[in-house]
Amino acid sequence: MFRKLILISVSIMLLAFNANAGSDGELVLKKNQPTEIKDCFEKLNRVTFAFNQALDGVIFKPIASAYRVLPSPIKEGVSNSLDNLSTLVTIPNNIIQGEVKKAGINSGRFILNTTIGILGFIDVAQHLGFPEHEREDYGQSLATMGVGPGCYIVLPVLGPSTVRDAAASAINLVGGDAWYNVTVNNDTRYFSDFDYYSSRVTSGIDFRAKNYDAIENLEKNSIDFYASVKSLYLQDRQQKILNTNKIIETQDDSDWEEIETQ
Amino acid sequence: MNLKKILIFFILFFFNNTYLYSIEPDVFVQSTVNRASQILSENITKKEKINKLKFIAKETVDIRGVGFYSLGLARKSLNDAQKIKYSELFESYFLKSFSSRLSEYTNPEINVVGKEFLNKNYTIVNSILIGTSERPEVKIDWRIYTKNPENPLIRDLIIEGLSLARTQKEEFASILNSNDGDIEALFKTLDEFSKN
Repeated sequence: MFRKLILISVSIMLLAFNANAGSDGELVLKKNQPTEIKDCFEKLNRVTFAFNQALDGVIFKPIASAYRVLPSPIKEGVSNSLDNLSTLVTIPNNIIQGEVKKAGINSGRFILNTTIGILGFIDVAQHLGFPEHEREDYGQSLATMGVGPGCYIVLPVLGPSTVRDAAASAINLVGGDAWYNVTVNNDTRYFSDFDYYSSRVTSGIDFRAKNYDAIENLEKNSIDFYASVKSLYLQDRQQKILNTNKIIETQDDSDWEEIETQ
Repeated sequence: MNLKKILIFFILFFFNNTYLYSIEPDVFVQSTVNRASQILSENITKKEKINKLKFIAKETVDIRGVGFYSLGLARKSLNDAQKIKYSELFESYFLKSFSSRLSEYTNPEINVVGKEFLNKNYTIVNSILIGTSERPEVKIDWRIYTKNPENPLIRDLIIEGLSLARTQKEEFASILNSNDGDIEALFKTLDEFSKN
């Protein structure tokens, strides 16, 4: 395990070193502009997208539809628990990104929510005034180091991603995710593979249920649903990398400026 | 002398009116969402709701501006006849898409919570769509075109940081790319969407 962690650290350092020249905020912003990201495998992506849509129609959509009618406190509790588990990936990424204070806050949040909050079901930290949890992952960490996204890809079942983010998520499977480590990697008395995979599936259902109307609406009113999903995913990703939800920081205004209608 | 007085009167009247009718972007957004919300909660058919929502959209959205923004660089290669045709097709497409998206909601409650002045042409108005048992709270920002302060217009809706205009622009670009930049292919797609 220790060897794996060293290998990951060295790989990340090498990638970062390789891409470090000029890796300031502007460059990160430019590299992750949705319009700058090439859809190199568009034909294959569209086929995978169609497969995912079919899978969604048969499995995720009906389950999400049933999940939505559960009482709000249960849905909120499940969502909180999943968010709490994701903190285990956020904390090492806070450290990689040099945000030690955030890593401390998130560690405190995890301890409080896991113990007093009954395995994360209640977000005690939020009630105590902790700042909102912003998820971080290895793809975001690589991006902040200046590693470009590569091509846009659609993964079977998992959905939209980029070459960088898909490759980075493999770090979770080789020691980068403590939840994966205690469930799948080192099967303990208390957890099993089932716990990990069921948490992943529940996470997908939770996401689908939260965005149920929005997805239906988008699909119904899009003239190219694939292109819409790609655009929304890449915009969302760009914001997460920059840790902002302000459109004015990410959107190039020049296109608007030249359009005069008044 | 009389002519001078009349002129002064007209100038003062004009400036007074400009001041009086200048509408603050946040007030404009709140009044627009209140109007839409009222229609959505009315006990009328879906078709009637859609027609009323289309009327509000025509009044408050810069449809022509959004249309040309959505076209991206392709707008520069259109001739005058194509521009007119595109504007017509886009308006039909936009009104159908916009009203259809909105009509799915029943009695949405949107509260304006702030605004951010970008420059003399743009203000971002921040609002919150109040959550229900079925959907979480949603942040919605509005890009308001304020070049004419008396007649502010909506140019974009930014939902949880995701721009609808930008998404639409990339959707149009995808259609153009997969048809070797043929604008007629986009016209056909827009026309088919509006007629279906």
